[in-house]
Amino acid sequence: MTQPSTGRSRQLDDAFLRAGSSSFTEFVAAYRPELLPSARRLPSGATIEAPHGTTIVSLLFEGGVVMAGDRRATMGNIIANRDMEKVFAADEFSVVGIAGTAGLAIELVRLYQVELEHYEKIEGAIMSLEGKANRLASMIRGNLGLAMQGLTVVPTYAGFDLESATGRIYSYDVTGGCYVESGHHSTGSGSVFARGALKKLWRPGLEEQQAVSVAIEALYDAADDDSATGGPDLGRQIWPTVAVVDHAGARFVPSDVLEGHVERVVAARRDNPGGAR
Amino acid sequence: MTMPFYVPPEQVMKDRADFARKGIARGRSVVVVGYDKGIAFVAENPSRALHKVSEIYDRIAFAAVGRYNEFENLRVAGIRYADLRGYSYDRTDVTARALANTYAQILGGVFTQESKPLEIEIVVAEVGADSDSDQIFRLTYDGSVADERGFVAMGGASDAAEERLRSGWRPGMTLAEAVRLAVDVLGAGENGERRTLDEGQLEVAVLDRERPRRSFRRIVGPVLAQLLGEPAERATGAAGSSPQPPAPGPVA
Repeated sequence: MTQPSTGRSRQLDDAFLRAGSSSFTEFVAAYRPELLPSARRLPSGATIEAPHGTTIVSLLFEGGVVMAGDRRATMGNIIANRDMEKVFAADEFSVVGIAGTAGLAIELVRLYQVELEHYEKIEGAIMSLEGKANRLASMIRGNLGLAMQGLTVVPTYAGFDLESATGRIYSYDVTGGCYVESGHHSTGSGSVFARGALKKLWRPGLEEQQAVSVAIEALYDAADDDSATGGPDLGRQIWPTVAVVDHAGARFVPSDVLEGHVERVVAARRDNPGGAR
Repeated sequence: MTMPFYVPPEQVMKDRADFARKGIARGRSVVVVGYDKGIAFVAENPSRALHKVSEIYDRIAFAAVGRYNEFENLRVAGIRYADLRGYSYDRTDVTARALANTYAQILGGVFTQESKPLEIEIVVAEVGADSDSDQIFRLTYDGSVADERGFVAMGGASDAAEERLRSGWRPGMTLAEAVRLAVDVLGAGENGERRTLDEGQLEVAVLDRERPRRSFRRIVGPVLAQLLGEPAERATGAAGSSPQPPAPGPVA
């Protein structure tokens, strides 16, 4: 009677009741590894064509950070999607933007969102911004096998650091390298052109609305020269996704405000396609 | 060779139930009260770090009394269960009912098969679109589940507390009314004595149905003080507050 019986039936496996990790990814990797993209194996040498998401720009302003993404997904020379979202709220104080294989990237973002929320609920505290950036890096690292077969995901992470009360931008490479960016950053196929625009348009101490406008103009320049980046679509009323993170948290700029910015940028480019000033 | 004594199963179950009940009654109470815009959880808990109430998922929260290590283990399991389910299906597919059933299996399994039952009592609550669709499940040490309406008190002198709640609670209370009722119930001593509980001794959290997505929020500091209202006026009714005897050991 005093012996604990072994063959007891439980709905929850012991994996759920094991003490220790507050990481959702680690829990899933031990319990249901097939749910994780990192556990998937492709036949070697095979390549598939899948929709790609493209350009993300992020820049700091006084008291926060802005991240914007265009809405186009391409598959070869086909436009796979015109109104795809590539910038997501990771948690209350940070956003993540994705470039690369769309399906995999969206799965990774979902996993990352759960990862942050899971930690917050179990620990009863919000992870440090540096810690969150490193978690994302380890997820990208887990995707290296797929990346080597062409399914790359390269995110940008931006958040408001509650300790230093400033915005921060983290960029990643395909091997999971994580770098703090000062000022601004762009990633994806149109990033070269966006970066050129950001270099000329960004300066320290921008205000929030100026920063939003700069982000939209940089994306406009990317779309001007890169066929995989979608420009603002006035006919269909499709604007870039723009997120702002400051001390109040992460929020998306509403479409009527975006429309105003887009119209100003487009009007300023009439008879001045390069935006010379 | 020694022969084990025969103990009838009725006696075994009764002994275990008594053991669990005693353990749970030693701790301090947690009160769960429905109000017009959600569900409030009020616990007497001087600790800021070791919580008795916590978030499980978007619209689901967890409250427990008894041994901290035992319910903490179940809390973490519940968060893992909810997050895994939400990740592999959809966020709307995570329900308090499924979680309560899962907890009931664990509690029941331990009660009948292990040498010691879990000395805990749990509430799993889910806030709905209106107060009629709120769900409050109460799970006891033996794995039984009760679907409660409006309010629950567990731990400590929970029968007396339930009685007070039954006379004081009505549908559609405001948050301030609900919290004050809960604090009043928690502060009631055994023979008419009153204890005054201030913000420092209370852990208060709500599932607020008007918040989008994650509806759980803790109420601390000035907001809590404001909800508790004029404490000086209520304190005049207290005839010498008696300090609660310290709870032994790990009973939170």
